Amino acid sequence: MIRINKLVKHYGKLEVLKEVSIDFNPGTITAVVGPNGSGKTTLIKTILGLVKPTAGEVIVDGKKVNGEHLYRSKIGYMPQIARYPDNLSIEEVVRMIKDIRYSNDTDHSKLAEGFNLSKELKKPFRNLSGGTKQKVSALIAFLFNPEILILDEPTSGLDPVSSSYLKDMIIREKEKGRTIILTSHNMSDIEELSTGIAFLLEGKIRFWGPTEILRNRNGTKNLERAIATMMSGDERCN
Amino acid sequence: MQLIWKIVRYELNNLYRSKWIILYTAFFLLISYVMFNFESDGSKAVLTLLNIVLIVIPLVSIIFGTMYLYNSREFIEMMLCQPITRRTLFYGLFMGTSIPLASGFTLGVSVPFFVFNMAGAYLSDLFILLIIGISLTFVFCAIAFLISVKYDDKSKGLGFAIVVWLFLAVIYDGLILFVIYFFQDYPLENPILVMSILNPIDLGRIFFMLNFDIAALMGYTGALFNKFFGSTSGMMISVTTLVLWFFIPALLGLKWFKKKDF
Repeated sequence: MIRINKLVKHYGKLEVLKEVSIDFNPGTITAVVGPNGSGKTTLIKTILGLVKPTAGEVIVDGKKVNGEHLYRSKIGYMPQIARYPDNLSIEEVVRMIKDIRYSNDTDHSKLAEGFNLSKELKKPFRNLSGGTKQKVSALIAFLFNPEILILDEPTSGLDPVSSSYLKDMIIREKEKGRTIILTSHNMSDIEELSTGIAFLLEGKIRFWGPTEILRNRNGTKNLERAIATMMSGDERCN
Repeated sequence: MQLIWKIVRYELNNLYRSKWIILYTAFFLLISYVMFNFESDGSKAVLTLLNIVLIVIPLVSIIFGTMYLYNSREFIEMMLCQPITRRTLFYGLFMGTSIPLASGFTLGVSVPFFVFNMAGAYLSDLFILLIIGISLTFVFCAIAFLISVKYDDKSKGLGFAIVVWLFLAVIYDGLILFVIYFFQDYPLENPILVMSILNPIDLGRIFFMLNFDIAALMGYTGALFNKFFGSTSGMMISVTTLVLWFFIPALLGLKWFKKKDF
């Protein structure tokens, strides 16, 4: 599980996160939503150690993250934009990641099959489309059976077949008791997947609770409208 | 350490297939083929090569290093989400970039050299040339890494890299001449010595001259160095400062890399 405690991040004068506190629990899928520039990616990157917090703490499985690196072996991360070395093939990059994680015996063929990547494994990345690269990111994120999955816009750019395969996998992982965090602008994905929602606006958490509660909030039973109302800055919903 | 080599290995696999590295190697193959083919005096050929090396290697290393790091941004982020330290990745990336450049240069110059059978008389000339070329590759890759870690904006970083190269390779010599001309009434040895130590390209040139006692042939700073330190200690000083020119940017780059927000 991940606990975030009064996390603050400044970029110069810009305050991106203002005392954000939130828990991500095993067996749940938390969708982090909010308008562009609300701090979603910064929040995710702080958990991964890519961004160093100005103040506050990130605690993963009871241990505070502070320049450590080994905790990341528990995390599978799927970035929003994927780029890999142009001249390496998918197989080589996957082998490299296995190599640095000391888990050479992990088998990727089943996942590759599922994402329909089997035929592309030997092709260099410069010849692969954006969607294919996205699938490779997904493959790497799920490959080591991590306790924590962090997925930044996982379904954008995927074809319907891969997208539904990915969503099925996300749900299966949740049932295995994994902690899953995802961001998305696609409300139907969020509705389908998430058990909880964290709504970020201007660096603060404005709502954090089960998806059901948010959906029923303004009587429309429509998640998209409920979120849109919050995004337009309606303070009453607190 | 083991992890660094794992990263380096894949970086090398990637870059040895890169058309830029192949082109770079081919460029050195071509010019040293021309030199050794048309110049029967191996020393003169190496001297001409040195003058090309002193311009081309800093330029290519600094541009290639900067571009490579900017283009690997998303890949670096992905790697940093793996259980490795930033230091490991930084060293891995650095060696993965500089080793292909250095070996491309070494191969490109050495093959024609041995093909034209120069090894008997001029092996030490080649050896010195290789040392200078490889050192400059590492120095300018380190500067390139420093620049691209510092600036997030690609065009800013690239522009700055070009300015640094232009300053050290072209403007600096003019500056020294300017100082000599305007302050000719003053004792200038010490300031000029300090000025040439502050430029890695000058250091490479001085190192070469001191090795072959042709200081007088190659300008004011070389002659001064020779007079001041004599060959041996002059060489020691030029090598030590060249090493510092590598370590200072590299370690500063690592320090910033560790603190950076990706």
